[in-house]
Amino acid sequence: MATPFAANQSAGRPSVVQRRAHGALRHRWIWRGMSVLVSLLLWQLASTYKVSIGLVTMENVPAPSELVPAFWQILHSPKLPTHLLASITRVLTGFSLAAVVGMSAGLAIGRYRAVEDMLLPPLEVLRPIPAVAWIPLAILMFPSSEASMMFITFMGALFPILLNTIHGVEGVDPRLIATARSLGTRGLSLFTEVIIPGAAPAIVTGLSIGMGTAWFCLISAEMIAGQYGIGYFTWQSYTLQNYSDIIVGMLLIGALGMLSSVLIKRVGLSLMPWYRLTEARR
Amino acid sequence: MNELPNLVSGSVETESSFGQVEVKALSVEVGEAAERFTALDRLNFALSPGEFVCVLGPSGCGKSTLLGAIAGHLIPNEGQIFVDGELVLGPHRNRGLVFQQHTLFPWKRVIDNVAFGLKMSGTGRAERYREARELLDLVGLHGFEQRFPAQLSGGMQQRVEIARALINRPRVLLMDEPFGALDAQTRRMMQDLVLKIWMRVRTTVLFVTHDIDEALCLADRILVLSHRPATIVADITVPLAKPRDEDMTMSPEFIEIKRHCMTLLRNST
Repeated sequence: MATPFAANQSAGRPSVVQRRAHGALRHRWIWRGMSVLVSLLLWQLASTYKVSIGLVTMENVPAPSELVPAFWQILHSPKLPTHLLASITRVLTGFSLAAVVGMSAGLAIGRYRAVEDMLLPPLEVLRPIPAVAWIPLAILMFPSSEASMMFITFMGALFPILLNTIHGVEGVDPRLIATARSLGTRGLSLFTEVIIPGAAPAIVTGLSIGMGTAWFCLISAEMIAGQYGIGYFTWQSYTLQNYSDIIVGMLLIGALGMLSSVLIKRVGLSLMPWYRLTEARR
Repeated sequence: MNELPNLVSGSVETESSFGQVEVKALSVEVGEAAERFTALDRLNFALSPGEFVCVLGPSGCGKSTLLGAIAGHLIPNEGQIFVDGELVLGPHRNRGLVFQQHTLFPWKRVIDNVAFGLKMSGTGRAERYREARELLDLVGLHGFEQRFPAQLSGGMQQRVEIARALINRPRVLLMDEPFGALDAQTRRMMQDLVLKIWMRVRTTVLFVTHDIDEALCLADRILVLSHRPATIVADITVPLAKPRDEDMTMSPEFIEIKRHCMTLLRNST
């Protein structure tokens, strides 16, 4: 196998190095692909022969081969868009509210000590409580189960966004603020021109983490309180003994969470073309 | 700012009547609670309009504190600072500030960094870009308008810093060891550039440095500060014509002043 080390030895002839490095890269992708295939094969064998080792049993776990028809069926079912739409609406509502509240509170807390003293203590008390622990209280607090699930999603996304925004604002170089003020910046311009762009990388990180926790919390809430939604679908598949659909639901949840986090990172980076440059310099 | 002539292009006003600085019995304490100490102890001095003055002192003596106070970022515990008769109460666009490094806005392109001061005073985009381009030409950065600061070398970044401070046509330019992080050769080039610009713009410059040669190359006058709490131990006039070339640095006059400064610095640490 051509290792990166072997490629380094032929430095001085860039074309060869490049070709070898390219070959090494392709080699690694082959290995990675094989690794996934072997895992799938082991799973297939384990569930076909209903492997049971006492603690864990594969008896009721569907094999990968059973998932393909299950996937095919759910993709053509009219229920799928309903479930997806329900979940995405809840996540977007809860997450957007968390983004607005988290970023504006974070900017104020990070910048003004008085606001920090007023707002942060109660938030610090709530912070260690996992959003999922809010589910029973949320059901009591909100007459509509829709609103209670959005609230759980909101709570899940709020703290990563809030804390990263505070961190970002506090991390803005005081000399940049001094420079801006010497150049005539005052009032709101200081936020729009210096503090928000300076904190932007941390804010994007917070939004991306917040999106992940928002999905996590929504799925839990849907399993308990939901009607429709991808978490509800997964749990319902269990109660209806459609075991293949459990795994289809799990894979859909994973894909949705990953896609939305990647989307946020991508959008964030495209809004901060300068960021890659400064990272490279450090 | 209409009363000021266009300082960059066209006919150059050599004697400006703006930029007089008076520092009266200035004392500044810095630090929090137990670590609080007096950085500046009753300083008195004045700068004439268009004068180039270097502040020389041992490191950590409060040179930067002095600039911070004149810039309006630090509030004096005692005494006052006046610029053209007006009491300094906070930062103002007619007192420009240049730091050692990395204080360009990394998220703004070079042209937007330079044009920033005009944006803050409400100048339209076309006009502020026009003036920014003029200044970039002046500091020798034509063609780099669309770069981000991270895409420039250290010396180029300092040129942008200077252009950015100049766009507001400051009456006083405060420079805090602006070339301290540059290699010797680049530093030499930047000193020539600053002199060239100063000859055209004739703003008052207060330039902090710990490098005696730098001070001797640039200054009309050198203020030597003692170790903290800083007081002024000497106010030396440098009667040499500018720009000062290599030969001049070998002249007995120059060496005499240099020796004097070295003695003062050694005694003050």
